[in-house]
Amino acid sequence: MKPSRLLRTSTFRLALGYLVLFGLSVAALLGFIYWNTTGFIAQQTDETIAAEITGLAEQYRRTGLAGLRRIVRERSRDQRQSLYLFTDPDRRSIAGNLDSWPEVPAGPGGWLDFAYERPVGARVETHHARARHLLLRGGFELLVGRDVEERHALEQRIRDSLIWVVALTIGLGLVGGVVMSRSWLGRIDGINRTSRDIMAGDLGRRVPVSGSDDELDRLAQNLNAMLDEIERLMAGMRQVTDNIAHDLRSPLNRLRSRLEVTLLEPPSIESYRAALERTIEDAEDLLHTFTALLGIAYAESGAKPEDMADLDLGALARDVAELYEPVAEDKGLSLTLACGDGLTVKGNRHLLSQALANLVDNAIKYTPGSGAVVVTARDANGTVEVAVADTGPGIPEGERERVLDRFVRLESSRRSPGSGLGLSLVAAVARLHGADLALEDNRPGLRAVIRFPARPAD
Amino acid sequence: MRVLIIEDDPEAVEYMVKGLKESGHVADHAIDGEDGFQMAQGEGYDVLVVDRMLPGLDGLSLVGRLRAEGNQTPVLFLSALGTVDDRVKGLRAGGDDYLVKPYAFSELLARIEALVRRQRPAEAQTRLRVGDLEMDLLARRVVRGGTRIELQPREFRLLEYLMKHAGQVVTRTMLLENVWEYHFDPQTNVIDVHISRLRAKIDKGFARPLLNTVRGAGYCIRETE
Repeated sequence: MKPSRLLRTSTFRLALGYLVLFGLSVAALLGFIYWNTTGFIAQQTDETIAAEITGLAEQYRRTGLAGLRRIVRERSRDQRQSLYLFTDPDRRSIAGNLDSWPEVPAGPGGWLDFAYERPVGARVETHHARARHLLLRGGFELLVGRDVEERHALEQRIRDSLIWVVALTIGLGLVGGVVMSRSWLGRIDGINRTSRDIMAGDLGRRVPVSGSDDELDRLAQNLNAMLDEIERLMAGMRQVTDNIAHDLRSPLNRLRSRLEVTLLEPPSIESYRAALERTIEDAEDLLHTFTALLGIAYAESGAKPEDMADLDLGALARDVAELYEPVAEDKGLSLTLACGDGLTVKGNRHLLSQALANLVDNAIKYTPGSGAVVVTARDANGTVEVAVADTGPGIPEGERERVLDRFVRLESSRRSPGSGLGLSLVAAVARLHGADLALEDNRPGLRAVIRFPARPAD
Repeated sequence: MRVLIIEDDPEAVEYMVKGLKESGHVADHAIDGEDGFQMAQGEGYDVLVVDRMLPGLDGLSLVGRLRAEGNQTPVLFLSALGTVDDRVKGLRAGGDDYLVKPYAFSELLARIEALVRRQRPAEAQTRLRVGDLEMDLLARRVVRGGTRIELQPREFRLLEYLMKHAGQVVTRTMLLENVWEYHFDPQTNVIDVHISRLRAKIDKGFARPLLNTVRGAGYCIRETE
């Protein structure tokens, strides 16, 4: 895995974005704490100095020069951070622990920031200090201050830890981002590899699922479901192509042989005419098969949802039954209709009529004389269904699934006309409507039922 | 009558022209959309037979342009696209009928003749008459030779369609489309059974049958000599 690819992954970019945002927040938070803390310490120093200077000024006012000198000397013995310098008008030291007056100009309010030499053990260190000066009567001056070296060290430490924390945040974030992207990238690479294999023709491959049920897993599962469906469709398509090859080739071959043989026979108008008429009949049969196949393909894939409208299923069944009633009567069958009112389903009128016509056609075709065909449309406990029942030979239970496939005809019906596509179309139309086609035992005979899905309450 | 065929398959055109001439009609043809459009504008044609897929200008646009110019010559679309949507598109574009390839020539001829007949000024008909058979469209009554004939509603519509096209061949598909409004072909020939029922009601007991079968084509109701 090349690092440049890693940096281009969306996970890494996302991680980087969060990192920048988080880093900025951390820096802002720590910066605020730093600024507040140092400000507070500085303010405390200043307040202490101011209070002390006020106290000393009060002392001077009450006890005069000598008193002040005594107090300054006393306090100067303290070797901690307090700094004092009491000078005469020529700025010569009278008392205090500072050697000389600092050579910096006083700021507003008499404040001075300066560096001074301080003996620490055997060595002399340069320390920073902050002090305030006060002009006394008679030109005497007093400087009271604090050594701020320790305070500066503390500030320095806070600044250092601030920088360290931000650096650590960025470092950890980067490592985390890389690790995360690397694991996602690995899984996405898996998906890509599978897609490439499938594009190369290996339709059996499936995207690996890690089992963690996260977004990538769900994506993989959806892709796999899609691939299953595609594989099923491809298999179906191959099946159809094989079937078409078989069912269209044989009659085409027959047709061609007849024409060739007719040409070989001694020419006679009668035989030519007979051959032509048979040929037209064959072409007609081929066209029927072809149209039926296209109809199934249309029901399976071409029909659009916007062609669906609310239909009165009872009226639709009545129309189809009426179309076939004379045919049934001619064959000595009774065709009866039991249709409820107000049975509304959402559907494609043309396809549903054709499906129902195929069922009635089959029922009439396979039911021997003096039998009965019953068409019902009803609402059975909330499920709208339309059924065609006959008293014919029925379909053995083991064959009921198989007859829904294209071109399947039972041995017992090989001799009667038909393409073996009628029930396939019914099944395809039922699927299109989300309905269920069931072939049941009518004891005796067959009962074909199309059960529509419950309509969502509107 | 004069027919203009606009179709890019020269062999199909040749058969059509030949068939139409055999049937006593005059047929011209164009093999691309632009030429066809020019010729159709010249008027003088009783009917246009237009393929939907044409080089140059496709059939739907061609008819759309003719209709936009106010040309009302009846149009029969020919197409390899046969779903209900395709049919609806054709009729919306200004077509009067729609025939899916491959078709039987007899079907094409019957439909062309039906279109031209429809074009003739049709006075608001309330009565149809063929020989001694009379249909009263308002009272929904059928009488032949003074005897009232009782018909089921669908039989009435079937007879009405046949009588409106009296003297012409009407195919089974035309009946299924116009009387039952179905656009699929039932496996069993149900139309034949309906016709023989109707025939039993209107012709039985009369010396001269009116409802005739035209072999290989369909049916025709007419007064026979």
